[in-house]
Amino acid sequence: MIARLLTPHSLRTLLPAVSLAALLAAIFYLQPRTMSYFGLNLLLNLAVPIALATVAQMFILCVNDLDLSLGAFISLTACITATWLHDTPLLGALALAGCVLAYAGLGALIHLRNLPSIVVTLGMSFVWMGIAVLILPTPGGKAPDWIRSLMTLKPALIPFPIIALVVLGGIVQIALMRSAPGVVLRGAGGNPQSVARAGWSILRVKMIMFGLAGLFGVLAGMALVGLTTSADANIALRYTLLSIAGVILGGGEFTGGRISPIGAVIGAVTLALAGSFLSFLRLNPDWQIGAQGAILILVLALRVIINRTAAKS
Amino acid sequence: MTDRSAIVRLNGIGKSFGAVQALRDVTFHVAPGECVGLVGHNGAGKSTLMNILSGVLSPDTGELLFGDQDLAARYSVAAAKQNGLRCVYQELSLCPNLSVAENARITHPTIRGIGWRRKAATLITTWLDRIFPGHGIGPGDIVGELSIARRQMVEIARAFSATQTPVRLVILDEPTSSLDKASADQLLSFVGRFTETGGSVILISHMLGEILDSADRIVVMRDGGVVAEDATAAFDRARLVREMGSVLAEDAATPTAQARRQTDRVIVLPGENGIPLEVFKGEIVGLAGIGGQGQTDALLTLFAAANGTRNHAEITTEAAFVAGDRQTDGVFPGWSIRRNISIASIRQMVQHWLIDARKELGLAQDWQTRIGIRTEDLSNPILSLSGGNQQKVLFARALGSPAPVVLMDDPMRGVDIGTKQDVYAILKDEAAQGRSFVWYTTEMDELKHCDFVYVFRGGQVVSGLPRHQVTEANILRASFDAAAAA
Amino acid sequence: MSLLQKPWIWSWIGTLAVCLVIIGISGLGAGTQVLSAALSFGTFFVIVAIGQMFVVTLGPGNVDLSIPACMTLASTVAMKVMGGSSTMLLPGLLIAIAIGTIIGLLNFGLIRLLRIPPIIATLSSSFLFQSTAIWYNRGLRVKPPEPLADFATAKLAGVPLLAILVLVLTVIMHVILHHSLFGRAVLAVGQNSRAASLAGIKVERTRLLTYLTSAVLAAICGFFLAGFSGGAALNMGEEYLLMSIAVVVIGGTSVAGGFANLPGLWGASLFMFLLVTMLNTLGLSAGIRLILTGAIIVGVIAISGRRGRT
Repeated sequence: MIARLLTPHSLRTLLPAVSLAALLAAIFYLQPRTMSYFGLNLLLNLAVPIALATVAQMFILCVNDLDLSLGAFISLTACITATWLHDTPLLGALALAGCVLAYAGLGALIHLRNLPSIVVTLGMSFVWMGIAVLILPTPGGKAPDWIRSLMTLKPALIPFPIIALVVLGGIVQIALMRSAPGVVLRGAGGNPQSVARAGWSILRVKMIMFGLAGLFGVLAGMALVGLTTSADANIALRYTLLSIAGVILGGGEFTGGRISPIGAVIGAVTLALAGSFLSFLRLNPDWQIGAQGAILILVLALRVIINRTAAKS
Repeated sequence: MTDRSAIVRLNGIGKSFGAVQALRDVTFHVAPGECVGLVGHNGAGKSTLMNILSGVLSPDTGELLFGDQDLAARYSVAAAKQNGLRCVYQELSLCPNLSVAENARITHPTIRGIGWRRKAATLITTWLDRIFPGHGIGPGDIVGELSIARRQMVEIARAFSATQTPVRLVILDEPTSSLDKASADQLLSFVGRFTETGGSVILISHMLGEILDSADRIVVMRDGGVVAEDATAAFDRARLVREMGSVLAEDAATPTAQARRQTDRVIVLPGENGIPLEVFKGEIVGLAGIGGQGQTDALLTLFAAANGTRNHAEITTEAAFVAGDRQTDGVFPGWSIRRNISIASIRQMVQHWLIDARKELGLAQDWQTRIGIRTEDLSNPILSLSGGNQQKVLFARALGSPAPVVLMDDPMRGVDIGTKQDVYAILKDEAAQGRSFVWYTTEMDELKHCDFVYVFRGGQVVSGLPRHQVTEANILRASFDAAAAA
Repeated sequence: MSLLQKPWIWSWIGTLAVCLVIIGISGLGAGTQVLSAALSFGTFFVIVAIGQMFVVTLGPGNVDLSIPACMTLASTVAMKVMGGSSTMLLPGLLIAIAIGTIIGLLNFGLIRLLRIPPIIATLSSSFLFQSTAIWYNRGLRVKPPEPLADFATAKLAGVPLLAILVLVLTVIMHVILHHSLFGRAVLAVGQNSRAASLAGIKVERTRLLTYLTSAVLAAICGFFLAGFSGGAALNMGEEYLLMSIAVVVIGGTSVAGGFANLPGLWGASLFMFLLVTMLNTLGLSAGIRLILTGAIIVGVIAISGRRGRT
């Protein structure tokens, strides 16, 4: 059993979890007070929107595309949440549903015209940003109460962010990796031609995957506003790169439908914690961003070492 | 021809791609319980015909009859499946990121709901067991991590497996191209059993022996039409080759480098515990054995050594490489034929930091005539050529380079006989002028062109056979002997 | 191949169209002024886009995300070293180039040694470079030496001097792309890196040179941009990330790799600048401007499209 756990293959699968555990251990060591209900709550609540964003990016990567507009999109949905959804819930809900549909439409456009997703989403990032600026020209707005109370929920024993992250990872893992329809969605990333020949519509797959990305993008925006209580048009711009890094950190790859939902959530949490870790280190704040890069490089370097050992054996 | 019970009947099918008429007035049928062998050169129209039959392409003219119903107008992949038709394509169509069972699920939409994983696993394992006993493939294995032979097995097993609609006709397009001998035999014997129970198979293969052994009836295609159709008993190898339109050149057994195996050694690849692989100047050295026993790796090691990036092997000169897997290892899809030829010689064409366009064109034209690449204009994209001609471009690339050693990775896979004969002649010619060739091939016939043959097993050279000892029996013995002992 | 089939033609048609609109609104005189401004600003886009184009041409997944950080770091250090002194001009330029070289080497090292996808490698390294720039200069804006500012803003017969130099650079890079060993190697690797290696192309050396080119050009761009805009600032490279990619792709270079062209870079750079100017001229609000910019980028790609992935 132990020998089975130590094969390179399982090590590679476990690496994201192990790196997260190591990071957590380091944080607990530096700042034992985080090892409490409230400490964990504080430490992890910002990881929730990042994890949602990462899962959204994962859907896109799964069908061999890349979304460079995700951060702008989440900023937009955050702005809608903090304004329309708060003031006129029906209009807000419709607008958010429209956002999801727009993403599905984007998937259709990319597929039908065989366009490079990098560029289309690059262009769309301007569009999302523009709409966000129109809706909320200056930072402000207010989170709807129900989202606020959901995000600040204090369940007994286990802090809310942990529950949310586990549920998120679990649901997406089951839907994408264990369900029969999930196989088709992933297969379309691995060999679209053969999936099409087997009678499935790639157009529909792309629309579903982009639609799901839109849905989780909307959720990320809502969760973010629930935490920050207000929004601005630039609130989530850095999520674009964070989400890509999170998927890769979690063991996903850019092409071929090779993704791992649980890994993606773990990757997102790792990146979110990296920031806290550095502040506990009392590192010069100038190096905050730099150290995030360093952690990314470190984990990926570990993956390479494991892969090399795998290749040798 | 008289039985109205044919599973499918094509009448007067025509298909054009632009100015090229790929199929003209093809009439073809398959009866239940029949194995139809389909042969023809590359570009004869076999693949187009099969793509029409499986619903990937729609015909321009003609009827597509299932029973009395003409489905030509509303035929599709789905309609083909509904009528019990399955196809194993030449290029594999599995999703490498999914497991074996999950790939089965892709083609079986009815496997769903609770417990679908178990159902899919049982289905695919059952058929693998039935066709390739002892296959050693688990339903949870990720396809991308399987060897190419095992992937082919999964592909074939998946095509035969049935859930709701019974499988009535399976098209096998070069199914044995990546299988070793034992698995190929398993498959062909399964085809026999399948047809006995009323199923039908269309078998496309360049291995004429397979066709003659397994088919009940043979259809020969040439230039987009059916040129001969008869019971298998009416054919022999010579007639098949004649009908396909090429002349089987007698292999003149010219004694060549045998005596020279003492001096001018250009390659030594030490075997860890086996026999070193040596190549001498002007020699054609064959690498034999069951597919996937380390032959390609040996070639890659030699190539890397020639480029100075690895030093497991001693190689005194530069080396050029002829890929067998054109799409992944050979072709630059966006380039013209000319650029595809010149790339391996490009360093010799640089003058004052820039590439001399005239030299480049000269080289390409030279080899176009020498090896016979069929095109009007060398600046046409390489993808405008048929597969066989693309392979010729890859030969031209390697032979046109100044490298004194040419490494060939089973380059004749799926190439028609006419092209092969052309290339054999050029190889001999080049060898006579002092070039050395290391030639991995899965076709026994080709080893007869070699001066010396090394048989591989388990990643090692297990036997070295000089020309006069190169016989099918000797090679088979070396390929399998120790495996039986171990 | 007819003109309309050239991959770069769309960017020039777009440029022409936007130009006509601007002249239509503000008259010929103002139009000429705008065009001159477009040349000044577009020049900087072109410099980084050349490097980005070579990188993108290496094939799927190859994008240099460290361009903005590289521009910032190189120009920050160079400006501080020069400290406004004109005698230090050459050492300053050399330092910028040296920093570009180091960044290129580091990027390639990460990609090669760690086998990280280039997107992630350049992303994580850019975090490091950005931090270094912040730490080194604390966000202070150091003025460039006077001659540098003069040079970067100089005009020759109404045409920015820098634009002329970069035009020469473009021609040189065009020749390199299509008629040199390196260019041929980049195109081959971008189409099929395995086949390229088996055809005797030194794939890794090609990659190294490409990432070096990109970083060095970004550093040079940062250096002159600092001269042009009165100093190095920490956010000076920000818009160059999206812009460099957009310019490369609108210019007709395939993101699938293996196809590239240089005329399109100029077309796309001018187009992007003129587009923003046009929307400004129309007196539109920031939000609408952004939406239209995005919509036009997507529109151009969708119309000229069909060359996406293979």
